[in-house]
Amino acid sequence: MYAAYEQVESSELAAPSAWWKSWRFALVAVILTVAAIAYVAWFRELDDRQQRALAWVTLVAAVTNVACATVGCFLLLRRMSLMGDALAHSVLPGLVVAFIFAGSLNIGFMFVGALAAGLATAFLADTLNRRGGVPADASLGVVFVSLFALGVVLIKRYTGGAIHLDFDCVFAGELDLVGISSNKNMSVGPFELPRTLVSVGPVLILNIAVITLLWKEFKVSSFDPALATAMGFRAGRLHYLLMALVALTTVASFEAVGSILVVAMLIVPAATAHLLTDRLSKMLWVSAGVGLLTAVAGCALARLIEVNTAGTIAVTGGALYGVAVLLSPRYGVVSTLLRNARISARIVREDMLAMLYRLEELATDRQLGERQVVQAVGGGLLANWGLWSLLRRGDVQRTDRGLSLTASGKQQASQLVRSHRLWEAYLVEHLGLPLDHVHEPAERIEHFIDERLREQIVADLPAADVDPHGRGIPDAPGESRS
Amino acid sequence: MDLLALPPNLRVLLGTSLLGCVAGVIGSLAVLRRRSLTGDMVAHAAMPGLCLAYLVAYELGIGRDRPAYFLLLMSGAALTGLIGSALVTFLTRWTRTRQDAAIGIVLSTFFGAFVVLLSYIRYLPGAHVAGVDQYIFGQAATLLTADVWFIAGVLLVSIVTLAICFKELKTYSFDADFAHSLGWPTLSIDLGMMAALCLVTVVGLPLVGILMAGMIIIPCAAARFWTYRFGPLLVISGAIGAATGVFATLVSAEYFVRWFGFDPLAFGYNRKALPTGPVIILSGAAIFLASVLFAPRRGVLARLIALLRLRSRTATENLLRALYELGESQLPRLAPHQLEEIQQHRRWNRGQLTWALRRATWAGWIERNADAIQLTASGHQRAAEVTRIHRLWELFLISGARIAPDHVDRDADSIEHVLTPNIVGQLEAMLAESGRLPRTAATPPQSPHVLTGGNDPVGTLSPGGG
Repeated sequence: MYAAYEQVESSELAAPSAWWKSWRFALVAVILTVAAIAYVAWFRELDDRQQRALAWVTLVAAVTNVACATVGCFLLLRRMSLMGDALAHSVLPGLVVAFIFAGSLNIGFMFVGALAAGLATAFLADTLNRRGGVPADASLGVVFVSLFALGVVLIKRYTGGAIHLDFDCVFAGELDLVGISSNKNMSVGPFELPRTLVSVGPVLILNIAVITLLWKEFKVSSFDPALATAMGFRAGRLHYLLMALVALTTVASFEAVGSILVVAMLIVPAATAHLLTDRLSKMLWVSAGVGLLTAVAGCALARLIEVNTAGTIAVTGGALYGVAVLLSPRYGVVSTLLRNARISARIVREDMLAMLYRLEELATDRQLGERQVVQAVGGGLLANWGLWSLLRRGDVQRTDRGLSLTASGKQQASQLVRSHRLWEAYLVEHLGLPLDHVHEPAERIEHFIDERLREQIVADLPAADVDPHGRGIPDAPGESRS
Repeated sequence: MDLLALPPNLRVLLGTSLLGCVAGVIGSLAVLRRRSLTGDMVAHAAMPGLCLAYLVAYELGIGRDRPAYFLLLMSGAALTGLIGSALVTFLTRWTRTRQDAAIGIVLSTFFGAFVVLLSYIRYLPGAHVAGVDQYIFGQAATLLTADVWFIAGVLLVSIVTLAICFKELKTYSFDADFAHSLGWPTLSIDLGMMAALCLVTVVGLPLVGILMAGMIIIPCAAARFWTYRFGPLLVISGAIGAATGVFATLVSAEYFVRWFGFDPLAFGYNRKALPTGPVIILSGAAIFLASVLFAPRRGVLARLIALLRLRSRTATENLLRALYELGESQLPRLAPHQLEEIQQHRRWNRGQLTWALRRATWAGWIERNADAIQLTASGHQRAAEVTRIHRLWELFLISGARIAPDHVDRDADSIEHVLTPNIVGQLEAMLAESGRLPRTAATPPQSPHVLTGGNDPVGTLSPGGG
């Protein structure tokens, strides 16, 4: 029974099987193409220096975003988004201590310091929670806020005057300087690359490699840690591995986008993808794609209105997420509202049909006027619209004394009433409900009983011609009672 | 207002400690409802509001010296903070996004907007970013007397509200479903709490900045180590918050230097530039750490002491029982036993045995003569009690839980140290009913199984003994 309900439901809400043929996809493709053409046209207007700078910035932002978006998926699915937030804050003291030791922003020291700080955060929060009885979120909050404060004080105390590490860097990142200021560059072999790219690039490769190699393990432990442990995957170790990846990604992105905006890059594309798909593999691709799109669009926008690039990327990501919240085919707010409205409209139409059918069944000459019919199903806009569409479809016709069913309307209504009465009979027969308790549930479920389920119910009943109240059950289509 | 004007130092001291107190009290409610990180979100989400309000002030030409300026900035912050919390609620209820992700998304997107607006303001002619970016980490020097009174007012209102709705809030904090089933307007309570949280966060921005989350979480997290009860938790949390403020002010003010002769934060860099927020949070963290370490019962130190005490008692009681069992066949004469004999009687942790010997000697339970160890009269009595409990439990396991006699020794060995007199009394009653209770309380019953030496405490295979 429930399976049948599901079937009806899913036939109404299912995404089309070939998603690339859907109008939504076509729309998105058109919008993206137009945007791409506009982008290229705009890009070619810029002078040579600006083009080079924008290209570098976009490259760095894209690599950063994709690196964050991939690990972000697992954070999101494990409900550890705030762990990403916490790690992003708490790698700061690790970075500063590394800075103090190395005397400069040495990438190696930075990675070690941040990794230590990140793992310490995860471990301390876990210990406080388990051993100290501090609630999980509070223990996380205590640890990362304190470590962040420590980082800020250390910056002020020890690195005052140093150019590389200041508040702007912590908050806003130095993405704007990429490709403009040559002292942000670093020579790798024959190439002169921005420092930020040198730190983020390898992390992107590492993330992809780890996720590919441990795909199965991550998949199982993300959805069912207990099962993963039972299968011998050591969910605990995977947890700390993920923490390490997040800490590494965070610190690699630190120089480009600062310490807080990286949260946007970790969580927002993943959350957007989570709204658009149900499959993990697809979610990762979508997340990476959204990350890429966010980076390109964010960099262009920041360039256009001449504001901070990292912040613009974060806002762009939020805006794309907002679009997904509203328009996602399956989980979007608008789609959900439309779907609910469509079901409500169908229920109202069917109620009206069934009412007219019952009236005609009584074989009186009485017919209801339009207003009466509309009032009977609750009135309002929905009912008026339902009646209008019934008239338009030719299920109901106007006569001089009111409304009556046409042949097609009668056919539909009879099947609906058949569902209703079969269900009542079923409830009385198999669940032993008293007669005055069966109408309500039948009234609700009649809209979701299809032909197959009706046949099943008939097979389960000793006699399927009279309902418990003594009224006749209409025949199935094509079947005539002699 | 002039009458109420406060000297700057007192102003800062009062401001921070009152803020700490009110944040501690309201934060406790949030922490208990698992809403800790909502405070973090509000603090970040309030920042773009500051910028927008600043832009409005810039357009209207309201200078920093006008009281309207401060009010405008605060209402801007409160507005976006509230929008942020509304968005989190909306996303959690209406979409597939869960609360943690929703908090992260709103926090980071709003903060991104703040960074964008800040960089926009930076290039406005005649605008001063300092007007906004002092709020990132707070600057207590900007605190006005009016702000102190305002914070005091918030504190007063929240304490009165708490006192009136104490029972309701208590129920709601621990079992929201139950409160809902009682027909209470849980949604309104929830919204009220969120609004209070927003208010406190925004009020704290000038002092602590985006680290306000710490002010909300830390006092309650620390207070939980001191009490299990709701009322005391609120009081302690408020006190810890206030103490944090006082501590931070002392640390960052000249008082510390004057009283202790050195400045803990002066590492040779210009100390005036140090924002107050991190200092306050680190003071809170220090108090939190002290609570974790030194709180009675739940603190690390208290637990360590309790653990060591239990270990020491266990070892001593094991020693006494070993001596009793070794000398049982020669009773009532108390004979000395060699250390080696004791070592072979059961498995020992060497350090624990040494400690147990020392402790038993201090207590006057044994007399040591080189390696010969003998129970004293009082020691014998104590040993008999311990052995009695051990064997009572064994008998109970055999008759009550139907465990084979050769399997009961180890179970009893681990539990005999923690059986309360109450349980021993019940055991006696049960065994008396089945007629297996030994007659005199001082004498242990006979061991239900064979006693042997060696490393195996469960002596089953070797004959004789007992």
